Amino acid sequence: MEKMAASSDIREKLRKKRRALQDTLVKNKNEDDIQALVPSAKFNVDNQPTAMKEAEGSDEDPGESLRRTLRAQREKRKTKLLEQSFVQDEDVGEVSPTQYNSPNEGPSSRVDDSVVSTRPPTGSQRGVSVKSEQPSSSLHLDTFVTRHLQEKLRAARSKGESLQQQETSRDSSEPVSRLQRLKDRDTITRFDREADPTSSGRDDDPLTLRARVKFREPARRVEKDFPTTEEAYNFFTFNYEPDRPSKPESKSRKRQKQRDGVEEDDRDENGQEEAEVEEEDEAEEDNQDQNEFQSEEAPLVRNEDDLFVIDHSPQDFVEVRKAEYVGLKKRVQRDRELLFTPSFRTVPTSVKLPENTKPRFLEEEGLYVGQRPAVSLTNENISENRILKMAEGSKWFGDDGKILALPDPIKESSTRPPLFHMDEELDPALQTVYRKAMKSQYANLYIAGATDPEGDYQLDVDVSGLIFSHHPLFSREHVLASRLAQLYDQYLSRQQNNLAGHLTEKLNGLRKALRNMMRIHGEQGSSEALQHRISEYSLEVRNTRQLRDLEQEKDRTLLRSIIKVWKEIKSLREFQKYTNTPFKLFLRRENVDRALDEWEYEGEILKEVLELEAESEEQYQKKLAEYNKQLEEWKLWRKKQKAKRKKKKKKKKGQTQDDTEEEEQEEEEEQDQTESEDPFEEAPVKPEVPERPDIGSLEQWVREKASRIRRKPGEAILVPELCTSGGVTASDLCPRAEIARREDVSRRSLFIKILYNYKEVSRTDSRSLSTDFRVHFGQIFNLKVLNCPHSINLQVFEEIGSSYSLLAQVFVPVPDPSVVTGRAPIEEIEFSSNQHVMFDHEGVGSDVPLSFESDGSNKLTLLTSGKLSCCVSWGIGEEGVPLAPPLSQHPGGTHRGLGHLDAVSYIGASGLYDMKKIGEWAVQSRLDPNDPKNTSIMHLLKVASSGEVTDPDYFRLEHLQEEFNFVSDQEMERSKRFRLLRLRNQEAPEFRNYKFVSLLEREVSDKVFQDYEKRLKEGETIDTRQHLDPHRAVVAKYLQQIRESVINRFILAKHHYQLSDLVIEEEIPSIGILGINLFKLAESKRPLKPQRKERKKVTAQNLSDGDIKLLVNVIRAHNIPIRKPQSSKPGQSSQSAVQGSDWYLSQVQVRPFVEVSFQRTVLQTTTADGPNPSWNEELQLPFNAPNGDYSTGSLQSVKDEVFINIFDEVLYETGPGDKSRATSIHTQIEKHWLGSVKIPFSTIYSQSKIDGAFKVNTPAVLLGYSREHSSTSVYDQWRSTQGGTFVRLFITVEPQLVPGESIREKIKEAEFNSQEDERLLQASEKFEKHAAGGYPDRPCITTVIDLSGKTIFITRYIRPLNPPREFLDAFPNNPQEATSLVARYVSLIPSLPDQVSFSATCDLLSTCDQFLTLLAGDEQEHAVLLCNYFLFLGKKAWLIIGTAIPEGPTAYVLTHEQSGYFIWNPSSGQFYEKGDTFCPLQTVGCLVNSDNVWFNIQENPSPLHTNFDITKAKMWKPFFSRSFSHPGLSSVQPEELAYRQTDKAAAAELQDRVEKILKEKIMEWRPRHPTRWNRYCNTTLKQFLPKLEQGRGQDVAESHRVELQNLLGDYRISGFPLHLPFSEVGPIIEAVHSTGVHNIHSSNVEFALAVYIHPYPNNVLSVWVYLASLVRT
Amino acid sequence: METTSNSSVFLLTVNGQIEGANFPDYDNLYCKYCYVYGHDWAPTTGLEEGITQITSKSSQSHKLIWNFPLETTFKSTNPSGWPQLVVSVYGPDVFGNDVVRGYGATHIPFTPGQHIRTIPMFVPEPTWRLQKFTGWLLGRRPEYTDPKVVAHGEGREVTRVRSQGFVTISFHIMTKDMKRMGYDTGPTNSSTVQSATSSQSRDAQ
Repeated sequence: MEKMAASSDIREKLRKKRRALQDTLVKNKNEDDIQALVPSAKFNVDNQPTAMKEAEGSDEDPGESLRRTLRAQREKRKTKLLEQSFVQDEDVGEVSPTQYNSPNEGPSSRVDDSVVSTRPPTGSQRGVSVKSEQPSSSLHLDTFVTRHLQEKLRAARSKGESLQQQETSRDSSEPVSRLQRLKDRDTITRFDREADPTSSGRDDDPLTLRARVKFREPARRVEKDFPTTEEAYNFFTFNYEPDRPSKPESKSRKRQKQRDGVEEDDRDENGQEEAEVEEEDEAEEDNQDQNEFQSEEAPLVRNEDDLFVIDHSPQDFVEVRKAEYVGLKKRVQRDRELLFTPSFRTVPTSVKLPENTKPRFLEEEGLYVGQRPAVSLTNENISENRILKMAEGSKWFGDDGKILALPDPIKESSTRPPLFHMDEELDPALQTVYRKAMKSQYANLYIAGATDPEGDYQLDVDVSGLIFSHHPLFSREHVLASRLAQLYDQYLSRQQNNLAGHLTEKLNGLRKALRNMMRIHGEQGSSEALQHRISEYSLEVRNTRQLRDLEQEKDRTLLRSIIKVWKEIKSLREFQKYTNTPFKLFLRRENVDRALDEWEYEGEILKEVLELEAESEEQYQKKLAEYNKQLEEWKLWRKKQKAKRKKKKKKKKGQTQDDTEEEEQEEEEEQDQTESEDPFEEAPVKPEVPERPDIGSLEQWVREKASRIRRKPGEAILVPELCTSGGVTASDLCPRAEIARREDVSRRSLFIKILYNYKEVSRTDSRSLSTDFRVHFGQIFNLKVLNCPHSINLQVFEEIGSSYSLLAQVFVPVPDPSVVTGRAPIEEIEFSSNQHVMFDHEGVGSDVPLSFESDGSNKLTLLTSGKLSCCVSWGIGEEGVPLAPPLSQHPGGTHRGLGHLDAVSYIGASGLYDMKKIGEWAVQSRLDPNDPKNTSIMHLLKVASSGEVTDPDYFRLEHLQEEFNFVSDQEMERSKRFRLLRLRNQEAPEFRNYKFVSLLEREVSDKVFQDYEKRLKEGETIDTRQHLDPHRAVVAKYLQQIRESVINRFILAKHHYQLSDLVIEEEIPSIGILGINLFKLAESKRPLKPQRKERKKVTAQNLSDGDIKLLVNVIRAHNIPIRKPQSSKPGQSSQSAVQGSDWYLSQVQVRPFVEVSFQRTVLQTTTADGPNPSWNEELQLPFNAPNGDYSTGSLQSVKDEVFINIFDEVLYETGPGDKSRATSIHTQIEKHWLGSVKIPFSTIYSQSKIDGAFKVNTPAVLLGYSREHSSTSVYDQWRSTQGGTFVRLFITVEPQLVPGESIREKIKEAEFNSQEDERLLQASEKFEKHAAGGYPDRPCITTVIDLSGKTIFITRYIRPLNPPREFLDAFPNNPQEATSLVARYVSLIPSLPDQVSFSATCDLLSTCDQFLTLLAGDEQEHAVLLCNYFLFLGKKAWLIIGTAIPEGPTAYVLTHEQSGYFIWNPSSGQFYEKGDTFCPLQTVGCLVNSDNVWFNIQENPSPLHTNFDITKAKMWKPFFSRSFSHPGLSSVQPEELAYRQTDKAAAAELQDRVEKILKEKIMEWRPRHPTRWNRYCNTTLKQFLPKLEQGRGQDVAESHRVELQNLLGDYRISGFPLHLPFSEVGPIIEAVHSTGVHNIHSSNVEFALAVYIHPYPNNVLSVWVYLASLVRT
Repeated sequence: METTSNSSVFLLTVNGQIEGANFPDYDNLYCKYCYVYGHDWAPTTGLEEGITQITSKSSQSHKLIWNFPLETTFKSTNPSGWPQLVVSVYGPDVFGNDVVRGYGATHIPFTPGQHIRTIPMFVPEPTWRLQKFTGWLLGRRPEYTDPKVVAHGEGREVTRVRSQGFVTISFHIMTKDMKRMGYDTGPTNSSTVQSATSSQSRDAQ
């Protein structure tokens, strides 16, 4: 504001200066430039006072014109803004030619440049634009001004203009004076604007200044005619400060001081204008300034014209003075006068508040006081002081004596979340993305998928006016008048409708038709149809007549009441002696032809009477007919009665009487009978004869009616006419009460608010209530509609003075889209209000009882009511397009709400609607099928009737599922591709890892499903062919089923993830581990004795073929059998043994090597020497998972075993060849099997590494080898007593696979149900957890899972059970023998690890009878059975849960006998003493018997160091203790085991089959060589086998071997018996294959093979295979 | 298992590059990537896995730039199991131990054309606070057993993760025979819209 004012001021001054200059120039134009300037300047100086005076004098005029022009300018502002750009272009054109006109072109243009460069950036900036715009904007000025300016332009805008610019620049480049001046100007401008009288002082001030500064230049020019560029520059940049004349300055200052005072007063007055100015835009500001300026200048210019043209010269403006020094003191004083410095001190509260009031403390009063914004105390004091100086300053202070302040608006925390700052850019995710603004779809509820989203709709609300039918301010006369008006309106509308007339005509027509019909058909006799029609017609006539009578009566009463009301009004007017309403009622009389009228009247009556007669006659006839009918019935009934009575009479009296008498009697008796005898049988009442209608009375009734409802014949027709021509009595003639009423009326005004969807959108102007209580608004409101219209509401407000109240609301119906502005009629909508209003003047009030009777009776209560005439319609667009929503999209369809119920029926046209009902309705309402309005309904009905459409009477869970099925279910079933995909998804074993399901249906081959289907089929049938033993087949089948069910359980568990499945995390380190870790830091990097480091485990899922390798590190072996010296003669063997020492030294005892075969990959070590070789070799065998599936489950089910076979490499010289006899020796290598170790892959997988010495399975008899050593060393001797060969191995899988996680935990989560007590389960869980925590390497089992998946406490399995009878009977006196027999029996049951059978490490423990039925189980089952047998035999036995080599966690059996503790390996049947170092059991975890479980808490868990005294609490921690006693768990085992004898014949048969199969296999394995069987040898071997069985594999066959050698004589024989428990043929074949006997390729080799199967009870079979190779020497 | 050599397949070629990452707190990071895809997919050419160079932030820019090219072609018979790119970022911690700095995965875009994906990265959180400390001390943060875990939904509910930063990857996708096989993923106008808006935003800036 100030700035603007300042700039405008500057501009103003500039203008003036320019004008002045121009004028002088104009004046001197014809003179020589150089000469002219000088004198004119002088002249100016001289005349300066005059000029001032002139300016002063002319001020009055400009003041006036200024105001005028200002107004004009403001109005034009807008248009100017638009033209601005155009105008500016023009300016350039205009200005430039003027410059060419200038006499000294060169300097001026140079000056121009410099002006630009030296101009300071602020303040004067605007001057330029103003300058350039000035001429153009002048175009818009008054014609006067325009003319004026044009004149000037034409005349003299040459050099002067450039000079002006210099002035500007000089002005602004005076930094010191500028500040001061700006201030001065500021105040001046304010006055300018309003053109105050005080502004007179202003004009001289700028003039002086102007004069002073301005024409220094011309003055200089006098001295130096043509300044150089340099000079010009200096000139412009020079500071002219010292030239300032002090006198006018101070003078003006004084004036300003005065003005300051005035100004502050004026400020408020000017407030409004200032505010207005402030509102203008920046751009407008320029404009405005300019306008103002021009308007200001206009009058000045005019004056100047007169002034300067005549007697001014440039000298007038120039004043040369010395600089004047103003003393400091003086200046300070002056400053003090001018300046106000508010004090820092606190203002006392009393000053701030109005007098005699105490400050309130709002907060203490309990009012809410917001937090004030923080302002420093000093600043607050300053501003308070400042405000107090102002006029009305105290209004800025509140009651509490503080400056009024709004609560602190600053939020405490920033609402914007902090962004973390990258240098150049934000996070890409946080980057701002420009999106075009979009119209919200939802706001526009009209557009439910409409075509035109841009469509805007417009509702036009036309509020035309309002008429009150009652208003509280009604006088009594008004009440009557309005009633009259209403009645008259009614009358008019009735008249217009003329219902009575219509009905009369109709009646006449009907009568005529009836008459015609009677006449035409009367003679011909009436047919049935005709009769019917006639009766219909007469019925119609009757109805119409009644209706007509009703209407006529109404007309008549209406007319009467009109007249009555009018009379009341008249009497009221007379009574009150003034009239209030202009109503007047005229009754126009229309005379009628009396004769005609009477004739008509009579005729009408006659007709009516006739009709009525006919009707009553007809009615009578009807009644009569009915009577006759009833009479008939009655007679019939009486006859029956009579007959009855006759019979009775005959019985009673037995006599006959006269007929007449009888009849009379009958009459009498009949009465009696009906009453007495026949009370049960309802007698029809004897009908009464209907009365004949009274024709005479009819006519009278008709006449009476006619006289009531009809004009009397000959009477004139009265036509009422209401007009408002009557005068209203003037107010001064009325009584005071009436005057008060009228004044009240005139005070009232009304307006109407328009509410759209309950939101006020507009309101009408307030119109005053006229004396006739009508209000005319006549306003149309255009509502742009975006939201769907729900309601349009007009609220009528009454305004009295400044307050207004709601009178009534009117709801206007939303128009149909077809209702368009212009076509819609104005509707009158009635409204009323139940406000209770009472007045003390003539106004009757509202809701006040009112009576017109003199006695006050017949009161009526009137409520404010009226009619609002308005019209709501859809607007029309520019091209006449209705701005209405499309018809079809009209909301609120009936289907909308219902559609939600069933989406399917909503989508399809299926029947949600009850079609039947619609159809019925259509029939009932007799819809016109041809009416275009009904087409949709008819169409719907047609469609519906064509097909059966029913409303679903069920609930759909997923509404649209069917709609989204991309193929039908049948197709899904049929498609091979979909089937494949589904099977894979279901993880069917065959398809679990099926890759590349073909894209096209036809590319899926049928072969894919063959396996799967075969498996499904096999599920039902048991294939006995594959199993040699039918029993085993059944068992295998059963096992398979269990396996599947368990797998299904585990599928759930497998998808149950734990954190450790997903995230590898460091264990929570205990202090100890932390210490170790710290210790590790100091550890040497390359220790001398490196330890095996934990390898990183690899999850199985991202492995593929070839990634996994099985590492077998064969370290060394002990006690390998050595060769016996071969002798051609049988008797020499012993001899050779005798002379052994020599031979021993010279001859190699044995050259063993180890061959490892896995998955048919065979690798072997180098050959070593001696019975105790050391290989220390690592063999790498590749591993391939079945089906390439490396998932954990799949790996666990790998059944492959690692065979580690020890062979002896034997070299034979085959004798010299025929040709190169002298030069070469042919040697043949043979390998002789010495023994093997089998390790199942599942064990390796689950334990991840196997390290230890394994006992080699050596055959009982090894032909050609002996275990006897001639060595005498103590060590060897001791070893030999152990009688076993050992091999030390380290086996692992590379990379280390994550072993199948113990699913035990998962099973618990998967909630395998349990029958155990919850407390017991919790205790066992706690016990196991505790054990695992304290001794992580000791297995502890308290609960196991049985075959049905239930958790069972382990002690329940232990129970004494009877072994087969024959074992007990075999050695009745030798319990030791029986024990070993039992152990052997148990070991003959095939072993099958649970991992293999159930594809996951899950301890499933079957009971002993199940075990014996299944004939397969893992070590635990063996151990349980053995333990139970031992218990039966009366031994003290326990189950040992521990770890062993190579099984890993396993179960052994502990027995306690006199000689000490024995540990039994249930799978092999061997027992070890407690101190045996070669016992495979490594750790003892816990002991289990039927009573309790003890956990081993001794330091060293190896059986060697374990004390098995379970009573010692320090060594064994019992599960059941005093705190948790044994709850008496019953056993799950059966009480007794039943055994059945195995069929020996079947065993023999099986034996033959096995032998045959094996022979075939061996031949098959030797495809290139002939396989010859030595029959003799076969039979010999066969004889050995039963003996071996009897000896239970003990080395008892030495004699037989000798015998064999004797028999075979010339053969070099090597062979051995294999002993296996029988499960299937496969393992036997595998075992035979692994011995590699078939690999002997020498040409003269012969083979011998014998099989013996020994049956034990319950189909436990012991299989012996004797295998030998013979080479003829 | 059974390769259907003559059966019809469609091809998906992924070109592009791992452009860089934005890890405000870490420096000297490298990135590993691998693809995860369903049974019906097989890579035909290109590297399935890769490891980028170690990059460090410059003084001007705080972005890590790898510009590591990806170029792989897949063949498939079924859009189910559409390949996902799994990236994991590693870098040294204060003690110089290599620890994981983030895992992230994104589906390869369906539509042919150029795409830029910004993958938010996260790491699993230690279970215990003590573990967090020791993990920090010993340089062994919790890691996923397999980075491919992040491409699957199963079992994720047991983990807790913390977000770390972003990796930006640009893709150029080509497909062959998709449309012929009845899968229409042709470029919708979304890509053009995207580019338009981005240019607009650039203009706006």
